[in-house]
Amino acid sequence: MSDAKSYEPGQHPSLPPPKNLVGWQRWVWDNLFGTVSNTVLTLLSVYLLYLIIPGMLDYFVLDAVISANSRAECAELGKGACWAFIGDRFQVFIYGFYPAELRWRPNLAFVLLFVALAPVLYDNIPFRKYGLMFSLAFPIIAGVLMVGGVFGLEPVDTRLFGGVLLTIVIGVTGITFSLPLGILLALGRYSNLPAIKIVCTVFIEFIRGVPLITLLFVASTMLSYFLPPGTSFDLLLRVLIMVTLFASAYMAEVIRGGLQSLPKGQFEAADAMGLKYWQTMRLIVLPQALKISIPGIVNTFIGLYKDTTLVIVIGMLDVLGVAKSAVSDPVWNGLSVEIYVFVAGFFFICCFGMSRYSMYLEKKLHTGHKR
Amino acid sequence: MAKVATSKVESENAIEVRQMHKWYGEFHVLKNINLTVKRGERIVICGPSGSGKSTMIRCMNRLEEHQQGHILVDGIELTNDLKNIDAIRREVGMVFQHFNLFPHLTVLENCTLAPIWVRKTPKREAEEIAMKYLERVKIPEQALKYPGQLSGGQQQRVAIARSLCMNPRIMLFDEPTSALDPEMISEVLDTMIDLASTGMTMLCVTHEMGFARKVADRVIFMDGGEIIEENKPEEFFTNPQNERTKLFLSQILGH
Repeated sequence: MSDAKSYEPGQHPSLPPPKNLVGWQRWVWDNLFGTVSNTVLTLLSVYLLYLIIPGMLDYFVLDAVISANSRAECAELGKGACWAFIGDRFQVFIYGFYPAELRWRPNLAFVLLFVALAPVLYDNIPFRKYGLMFSLAFPIIAGVLMVGGVFGLEPVDTRLFGGVLLTIVIGVTGITFSLPLGILLALGRYSNLPAIKIVCTVFIEFIRGVPLITLLFVASTMLSYFLPPGTSFDLLLRVLIMVTLFASAYMAEVIRGGLQSLPKGQFEAADAMGLKYWQTMRLIVLPQALKISIPGIVNTFIGLYKDTTLVIVIGMLDVLGVAKSAVSDPVWNGLSVEIYVFVAGFFFICCFGMSRYSMYLEKKLHTGHKR
Repeated sequence: MAKVATSKVESENAIEVRQMHKWYGEFHVLKNINLTVKRGERIVICGPSGSGKSTMIRCMNRLEEHQQGHILVDGIELTNDLKNIDAIRREVGMVFQHFNLFPHLTVLENCTLAPIWVRKTPKREAEEIAMKYLERVKIPEQALKYPGQLSGGQQQRVAIARSLCMNPRIMLFDEPTSALDPEMISEVLDTMIDLASTGMTMLCVTHEMGFARKVADRVIFMDGGEIIEENKPEEFFTNPQNERTKLFLSQILGH
């Protein structure tokens, strides 16, 4: 360097880094054009995007038809996607066959879901303590709202649930209950007490070793053989239980991974202080183990959420089920692309949201360098 | 067998170990340990690695179980009775080689956790006590940081403060300086010397012979799971009796 100065030993100041080490130019150089192969790949990608994007844009946006009454009408109006179909079927997509005049109830439950989620997801919410109490009560409130039958609410048969409504009911229930159950199972499997350990291990291994579809079939058909005669309970409830159990087994293993990654010294320090087992778990072990397991936990959540589409095999119509039946509608016959893009979009938004939240949480819980 | 937790009567001995044995499977780690620690006494335990010195002090708060013999801490016998174990752990503080601070809690929270949950001290009061001890170990300004943001020496001083917050009657130190960079050892030793001056009963497993000379009332040398020799530091260093002690001292003081 031309402007190199010499300093007395011990007097060298901290200087800013050289220009070409920072800024967007550096990023572009590092990521796009740094080497010959990178440059070739960059140009190739740009060319591919050039080939794909205009066509997609035409099909999905520019030539798309938003309002029409049938497929034939759509075809006359434009060459692109026939979104009118989705618009026509929108109510069924969202609510399934939930009685139209009662749809304010799931709507209200949906809004309350966010009220209940806020204090769980963010710890800087005002009146968080009361919010959390509401969150705890929310499953009951939502159940009452959706199913009715008490407080003068007209009962709604759960067989009428469908579409986004059904997907969210199964997904949210599974997610909410599989986490605590998974934590208990993980602690059980990690426990020193042989009886508890064996029970939890057997449960986890059994549930994990069986496909979810099998469990759903058990829920829909076989369970009535095991239950005492005369007791029958709601199919949706049975499905919710099976999905929750299924997810909790996976959850337990993810969390056990987190538990095992904790240094033994954490347990020893807690013991030495005289903390009791549950205090140690709640205050020391789980906060750390769960934090480590966040990626795995969210992975399980997302998997579970998408697995809800399997309920179609026992005749329940979730978003995908409604979509499938819509494809065979004679008026709109054959518009499968629009339908599946719509369904994919729905799932992507939900799952991407979960993924982003987990990244936020990981960043927030990061407390400095690991030893 | 299980003697009931006798009394809160001041027993003169802080710790009494009688004919204690311990095995790891087939391996006989501790052989016939007899040791009496008087209240306020400061003891340094040294010996080659694998000699059982850490295991021995970890038996004194039941981080390790002994299979034969008796251990009485503060007049309470250590048995499988969880009540006794809890009672003893409340009165015995421990400092570990690897600090074992809780990385998800701030320094202050690390210090107030046990007082709040074990002693049921109100939070405000627990924080005042914690700040008092953090000042004592000379890092009150770090109270709101997380352990991961501190140096090793600072972390170990926090660990000492954390133990003191429980107001223990006995402190166990398990190689508190062996995981530290050389320039941080003295800040931790200074803290321990300061603590010794308050009359705390202390058992330290350490190889810091300067510390032993300065504060120990007695030095214990262990090898092969046995107490080989114990003596006043002066005598221990200048006039070791046993061949193994001589060899050990020549090895650690030899250069």
